[in-house]
Amino acid sequence: MSRGAFKIGAEKRVDSPRWLGMFVTLLSLAGALLAGAVFLFFQGVSPIAAYGVIFNSAFGSLYDFSETGVKALPVAIVSLAVMLCFTMLVWNIGAEGQALMGALAAAAAVRYFPLENKLAMLSLMFAAAALFGGAWAGVAGFLRARWNVNEIISTLMLNYIAMRLLEYFVYGHWRDPSSLGFPMTRPFIDSARLSSLWGTRIHMGLYVLLVLTVAIWAALRRTRWGYEIRVMGENARAARYAGMSYGRSIVLVMFLSGAIAGVAGMCEVSGLQGRLQAGFSAQYGYTAIIVAWMSHLNPFMSLLVSFLMGALLAGGEALQISMRLPLASTMVLQGLILFFVLGGEFFRSYKIKIG
Amino acid sequence: MNGALVEMRGVTKRFSGVTANKAVDFSVEAGEVHALLGENGAGKSTLMNILYGLYRPDEGEIFVNGAPVEFRSPADAITAGIGMVHQHFMLVQTQTVWENMILGMKDIPFFLPGGEIQKKIALISERYGLLIDPRATIEQLSVGEQQRVAILRMLYRGARVLILDEPTSVLTPQEASRLFSTIHRMTEEGHGVVFISHKMNEVLNETKRVTVLRRGETVKTVATADTDASSLAEMMMGQKAPLNLHRPKAAPGERVFEVRDIHASGDRGPEAVSGLSLFLRSGEILGVAGVAGNGQRELCECLVGLRGATSGTISVRNKNMTNASPRRFINQNVHYIPADRSGVGMATGMDVRDNSILRSYWSKPISTGTLGELIDWRAAEIRAARIVEDFNISAPSPNTPVRNLSGGNLQKLLMGRELSDSQTGDAPVIIVMHPTWGLDVAATLYVRERILERRENGAAILLISEDLDELLAMSDRLAVLFEGKFMGILEHPEDEPIEKIGLMMAGTMAEAIVNADIEAAS
Repeated sequence: MSRGAFKIGAEKRVDSPRWLGMFVTLLSLAGALLAGAVFLFFQGVSPIAAYGVIFNSAFGSLYDFSETGVKALPVAIVSLAVMLCFTMLVWNIGAEGQALMGALAAAAAVRYFPLENKLAMLSLMFAAAALFGGAWAGVAGFLRARWNVNEIISTLMLNYIAMRLLEYFVYGHWRDPSSLGFPMTRPFIDSARLSSLWGTRIHMGLYVLLVLTVAIWAALRRTRWGYEIRVMGENARAARYAGMSYGRSIVLVMFLSGAIAGVAGMCEVSGLQGRLQAGFSAQYGYTAIIVAWMSHLNPFMSLLVSFLMGALLAGGEALQISMRLPLASTMVLQGLILFFVLGGEFFRSYKIKIG
Repeated sequence: MNGALVEMRGVTKRFSGVTANKAVDFSVEAGEVHALLGENGAGKSTLMNILYGLYRPDEGEIFVNGAPVEFRSPADAITAGIGMVHQHFMLVQTQTVWENMILGMKDIPFFLPGGEIQKKIALISERYGLLIDPRATIEQLSVGEQQRVAILRMLYRGARVLILDEPTSVLTPQEASRLFSTIHRMTEEGHGVVFISHKMNEVLNETKRVTVLRRGETVKTVATADTDASSLAEMMMGQKAPLNLHRPKAAPGERVFEVRDIHASGDRGPEAVSGLSLFLRSGEILGVAGVAGNGQRELCECLVGLRGATSGTISVRNKNMTNASPRRFINQNVHYIPADRSGVGMATGMDVRDNSILRSYWSKPISTGTLGELIDWRAAEIRAARIVEDFNISAPSPNTPVRNLSGGNLQKLLMGRELSDSQTGDAPVIIVMHPTWGLDVAATLYVRERILERRENGAAILLISEDLDELLAMSDRLAVLFEGKFMGILEHPEDEPIEKIGLMMAGTMAEAIVNADIEAAS
């Protein structure tokens, strides 16, 4: 008999106070670290030592700190890009490919239109990256608006095309003859490099990130356009009732999203690597999707979350070296954190009732 | 009532304080079609969902063939021989007809005996006239065919009693008559059928008994032969009880809004609006009565640009607005209060402030900046605060998400927004659908008074409602809608006998009704 038996049910919360969000996030992190500790223990590694290594390699010295920032930078820019789409509930899963296209376009600008003047060269690279990244996403947006083609599938598939396209060039006739066969272009000329800051590997892409963060926040929160996007993401039928044009907005939002992702790709090759090479992106486009959701589509939060992601990436590498753990183990740790944080979301909107 | 296949006695069901069914008795005998009639929210679906095992009653008992039963799930109900076909058929679109037969059945072998199942389907189809290709995929089938599959599935699983929830609302007339011949076959074979419907003529022609529900209670169960459309309509709607509303004599002004012979398709294809003409005058309310599902929503959507008209014209202050965009209608001071408040009228995840400007955010003072590219949130907050105050809305703050408001407050916010938006400019047009649905007594009165107040201020108002008392108390003229057409527009509705309105709602043209009909009906 179910009547009178012990039952656990969930009930939607009427309101979700701010402290609860913080509390849940902290608790989720603690839970993830705890579960990670169990996992590390069975790997034959002292969890405390392993977490020490992660922490040290991420924040241990000024250099480590800056390296974490280097890892976080592209993730943070791309997460701003996807945030725009997600606010409208348009699923741009293709930021990875859009970033690759941006990098490719920037490299093409350097190769075919080299300019001595730094400002001119960089402006050209920015424009090319934004245009190509934007067009790459805009195509998917147009297909969605015009023929209702599922943008999850189209953006994801476009990722693979972008990846192979990039490989075609770096393995092909863009390859540096002196690279000993490595798939990479010749180093960029100096005027095509974003300068590095404070003697670290952090580069001027940081300024781009900060400007974009404020700009996106303002666009979403302060402008008519941002208001429309938020309404469309919340209730498409109410948006139509308010006379908003859904199709046009999808194309525009996808274009801008792709453009920002393209700029992220350009910053990475121009600021960090100084050349275009195969596989430069390390899946930043996918990590950024998670970051965008973990930061509740808040641009400022995404700065913080990206930095934590960067720490995890940097720490993971150190863990592989000093603890001789395979790459997969660090992926498990990352997965656990995401799992707990996203699982914790449930408790922000639901109350558990017992009895 | 001996020999009832199924009997429900004293069934009561409450949902968090609201009583959906109150001590309802209902039975189905072998070989009969029993109609269940009532307005939206009268408790028909709740009652049948209890019989089908989806809900458990708080009080009361259910008997199958005289033995008490307790259903925990639809699976229990089906085992006891009770099947239900919902308005949405709950079929797996990508699978075949025969695969859908065994959906949810226990004890099916690992390797599906497709041949056997198909043989059994063929047998049942022939017996009941439900012709269908068992190997067809559901998504290839028309709506009518899908319904046949849904019925077939219940018979396949041995249902003796079949509940059909508004089965004809999605069918063409030809498909509907096929459905009725299937229903006849079923009753000949000794099945019992429960027929939930709004359509009076179908109920009168196709059923043996009728049970009318109103506000969760049984009004009466009568033999169909002993009743007629207008008395059924009266039972559904209750007595003509004058509402105490202060409505000064109308002083209609100029024609602000004019519609000529518009046609429009429904969501699923067939035409829902079939040649409607009307005009709205400043300072006047035109009411639209009609049983639900006769094209009310589609009409409203046509009039505000949310649904394209296939032919006909719409003009606002002599400006042609046929198939204009929703934004243009708003800019022409045409305002719409939809029935689906949270699904269409509001973005419920956003807060009170955000929702207050939903239909005016592009105009001053909300929109600022040299290009109008910015939103002045200070102005938005002032607007929200004014609506909250003017309409007595209890909302903790302008930053409260709208989904946390009660139903009454949500509706007041929606009304407040549209009525305040309509306060400036030329004589506004207000199209309002089911304004007091689900509201408590105080909120209902408040909303009605505010609508009448706008009429006093010169608005031209179209009021669509299922509440005849409300319509009679508020309308200066009353149109009756039936299957997408007006059965007539009454100039002095308060002087007309309610039986006449009932006959019109059942599909008789106003001019075809003579006094003798009314006397016969009463």
